[in-house]
Amino acid sequence: MTARRRRLSSCMLSFLIALAGSVEAEPLASGSTFLSEAVRAQQADEAANPGMLWVDEGAELWAQTVAEPGQSCAACHGEASDTMRGVATRYPAVDAVSGALLNLEGRINTCRREHQALPPLAYESDELLSLTAFVAYQSRGLAMQVETTGAAAPFHAAGRAFFHRRQGQLNLSCAHCHVRHAGRRMRGDIISHGLGNGYPIYRLEWQTLGSLHRRLRLCSASVRAVQFASGGPEYLALELYLAGRARDVAIETPAIRR
Amino acid sequence: MPTRRQIIAAAGVAGSMLALPRLATATPQMHDDALSALSGGAPINDGRVELIIPGVAENGLSVFTTVAVESPMTEADHVRAIHILSEQNPIAHLLTWHLSPRAGIARVSTNIRLAASQEVTALAEMSDGTFWRDRRHVVVTIAACIDGG
Amino acid sequence: MALAAARVSMPAEARAGEVVEIKALMRHPMETGYQVDAMGESIPRHIIERFTVSYDGERIFGMDLTQGVAANPFIAFTTRATRSGELVFTWEDDRGELSEVRKTLTVVP
Repeated sequence: MTARRRRLSSCMLSFLIALAGSVEAEPLASGSTFLSEAVRAQQADEAANPGMLWVDEGAELWAQTVAEPGQSCAACHGEASDTMRGVATRYPAVDAVSGALLNLEGRINTCRREHQALPPLAYESDELLSLTAFVAYQSRGLAMQVETTGAAAPFHAAGRAFFHRRQGQLNLSCAHCHVRHAGRRMRGDIISHGLGNGYPIYRLEWQTLGSLHRRLRLCSASVRAVQFASGGPEYLALELYLAGRARDVAIETPAIRR
Repeated sequence: MPTRRQIIAAAGVAGSMLALPRLATATPQMHDDALSALSGGAPINDGRVELIIPGVAENGLSVFTTVAVESPMTEADHVRAIHILSEQNPIAHLLTWHLSPRAGIARVSTNIRLAASQEVTALAEMSDGTFWRDRRHVVVTIAACIDGG
Repeated sequence: MALAAARVSMPAEARAGEVVEIKALMRHPMETGYQVDAMGESIPRHIIERFTVSYDGERIFGMDLTQGVAANPFIAFTTRATRSGELVFTWEDDRGELSEVRKTLTVVP
């Protein structure tokens, strides 16, 4: 093939991929679609999924009564399997009181401050990961249905802009990998749609549970871009946009990823 | 728009920035030495053992591994132990399961670590003193995005 | 630091003679001793070395582990249900920390 023809066909390919990207099938395929059968089975089997160790810890924290004012999560919310079912499908969401965009971690910490007079749990701490995993686990198998209009609209727009903005020394946007090249191979991996429907995840490489924002910091580092603070406005808005892309995709928390 | 090749090259650079400390690794010779130490020099037969492990492991930090051995698991005839051996990890002898007739069947699983693509051996030690093995080649791939913290 | 929580999954009830599958997960870093931290300091090895299971007082299963076993070790094995009794699962790491889980198996004729 001549260089010119190669360039031409590469352009055609890019065009076709871009075209495919603009008409993504709905709902998008979960990241677990791109895992091996062995890891998918490990994720599905709650007796083998190591993420369940954190869910168990979350269940203990849920029931734990704090000294002052003597409240546990359970004291207000009761049985999580009942009251928390479906909650994760609606997060991140705009807090009606403060107008702030909160993900599950933010909601948990807001609850601690307002109802338990406790300081926030550090992002990526085992306690916050465990409680978040425990709450999200109650929605395992339910479809993501996040609100992207109304009060959420400006946050969603900011997230969309982030997703499509070229960033870093590699000058790539999220969309370059996760829209145009989703389903294709990169090194030994298959690129996912970047949906975030299984967080917190047990990542084999981390050998522990981790948050979506930890994964996003890794995405930023991978394209040599600025890493934003976990829990900060940039990744929160992006999380909302990703959740919007994940509409109708089932929650898999605690998912296992590579 | 970057080409696929550019993306791959960039990912490769990102990965290599995080090079792990260089380690002494087991060699096929160390693997063989560990094998004969375990068998006490007794002959090792192929068969009766089935090592079930992915041909391509997505991440060497956790490779789902099952070993099943054909055995009636009676007092008179059972599997005493099953060992897993590596020829490329820093150590050759990764683990031992101790079984007894109380197991009913000889089938065990765990997740092992594999430092590189290699041949993995499952060695079963029977109550009659015989040794049986199965070997599988596993290709270990690396995730595209490696976390430096 | 005592070992963290474990998760043991097995049926609560089995028929006499039935082969029961047991799955155990234990939270543990299984630190290899080969890694260095952000300051370049070597991270000492910290692994579970031994896992044992007794059923009604008799040892029925054991495993010797090394750094060649993945973090948060998962172990699946079987036992034949004999009579109703307690199964005791014990993990012991290389710092002498122990963790124990007890489960009762009720055997029905």
